[in-house]
Amino acid sequence: MTTIANYLVNLLHLPGWVSAWFVALMAALVIFGFMMGVVLVLIWLLRKIFGFMQIRLGPMMHGPQGIFQTPADALKLLAKEDVIPDRADKWVFVIAPLVVFVPAYMVYVVIPFGEGSRFIAKDLNIGILYIAAISSMAVIGIIMAGWASENKYSLLGALRGAAQLVSYEVPMALAFMGPVILAGSLSMQSIVKAQTGGFWHWHFLQPWGLGLLGFLLMITAALAETNQVPFDLPEAESELVAGYNTEYSGMKFGLFFMAEFANTFTLCAITTTLFLGGWHSPFPHFLDGGWWSLLWFLGKSGFLVFVFMWIRATYPRVRVDQLMEFAWKGLIPVGLFYLIAVAFFAVVV
Amino acid sequence: MSETLQQLAFYTDAAMIVFAALMVVTLRNIFHCALFLALGFFGIAGIFVMLHAEFLAGVQVMIYVGAIAVLVLFAIMLTRGVTGQDMKQTNKQSPVAGAIALLFVVFLLKLMAGARFATSTVAPVKDSTAFLGQLLVTRYVLPFEVASIVLLMAMVGALLLAKEKEDE
Repeated sequence: MTTIANYLVNLLHLPGWVSAWFVALMAALVIFGFMMGVVLVLIWLLRKIFGFMQIRLGPMMHGPQGIFQTPADALKLLAKEDVIPDRADKWVFVIAPLVVFVPAYMVYVVIPFGEGSRFIAKDLNIGILYIAAISSMAVIGIIMAGWASENKYSLLGALRGAAQLVSYEVPMALAFMGPVILAGSLSMQSIVKAQTGGFWHWHFLQPWGLGLLGFLLMITAALAETNQVPFDLPEAESELVAGYNTEYSGMKFGLFFMAEFANTFTLCAITTTLFLGGWHSPFPHFLDGGWWSLLWFLGKSGFLVFVFMWIRATYPRVRVDQLMEFAWKGLIPVGLFYLIAVAFFAVVV
Repeated sequence: MSETLQQLAFYTDAAMIVFAALMVVTLRNIFHCALFLALGFFGIAGIFVMLHAEFLAGVQVMIYVGAIAVLVLFAIMLTRGVTGQDMKQTNKQSPVAGAIALLFVVFLLKLMAGARFATSTVAPVKDSTAFLGQLLVTRYVLPFEVASIVLLMAMVGALLLAKEKEDE
């Protein structure tokens, strides 16, 4: 991509910074396209896997195995009338979906899809901190949506959602810290490189099997952060209609929906990067590096997405008080123990 | 990035921060004020990025936007009395306060006109995050620990205040 940009710059006699901006713009577009693709595929997969697990077929009508069902739904959402409730706070109501969607998109900047700089938009040296910071902004969007709707179900859903997201950010940040200590860096590519040399070097087993604790912590917190069963209280349809997005229709609802599915994939990708060796192959020198790395990365993330859906199809929902207690009295002490244990092994052993 | 672009980025960001700050103190809907407060915090993270302090920028967004602003919004949503109501942000003392503030602005401007802003010729550190971490646990370990003890005390105090009284 840099070569194309340089060629264009030379051809048209443009100043040097245009090339850098061109590359950045192209990267942004590629990521956006990828994100849309991921969302469409995930929604279809979710329906098919749910169908399979509940012994039914799932979408079958449009295309082979109903593969065109999601594009059709997306078109329907685009064409739908965009209703803003009469008593809603218009500006806040309109901006809220964007505040939820944009962080979900921005996080993709630092995800290392493969080896080298061509599979990552920008390897920031604060990589994982950037992810934690950017994704914490989405909470504001949820609160805005719930408040601006002037609807008690929306408000309750937003309160629950915000409380849940804020609580589960803490164990997730603690789970982030283990791989960061082991790799000695916050950069995503450095964390992947620290796991070179076969699956027994991956952080979910390092050091001495302790990583498993961090890995489970990460998975649990990720389920809660994406509002998935058993932690889907913000949108518990039997209690809250649909939660904070009750009043939203058309593409504004679509943005919430896309952000949620994009986040599911992002969190699986982050878990892969931190604990499952990122784009490394499970065996040293076996199809490692180059374009294979992309395949390994997508394969591992895809498998995690499947596990998430599996959990989602299996468990019932927890209660609000159980949810909060589980985070503050269960996960956070475990996370602190994990952090101290990893630090101990990193310094002493 | 060239000099002009850097300046453009700075002035855009600075204008955004000032606008957000003005909105925080003038808007009548307290929920909107809190949202603009979050925008202002976010703008300040941009200033940190321009100063090559990436770690501070990340922490600024995580703590101020992701935690403090959320807490403020939460508090507003839970207090039914103020949500959605128009509130005056001024009282009858505003002329006096305004005059004093104006005087302070004149004072600051006078100071700034005479001040010399020293700029370092040393190139910015390449990886300021690692450097910062090292300094925090070696040279500045005492202030770092004192800060954490202060925070711990604040936390215990908050728990004590929020605890339900048993024998009343």
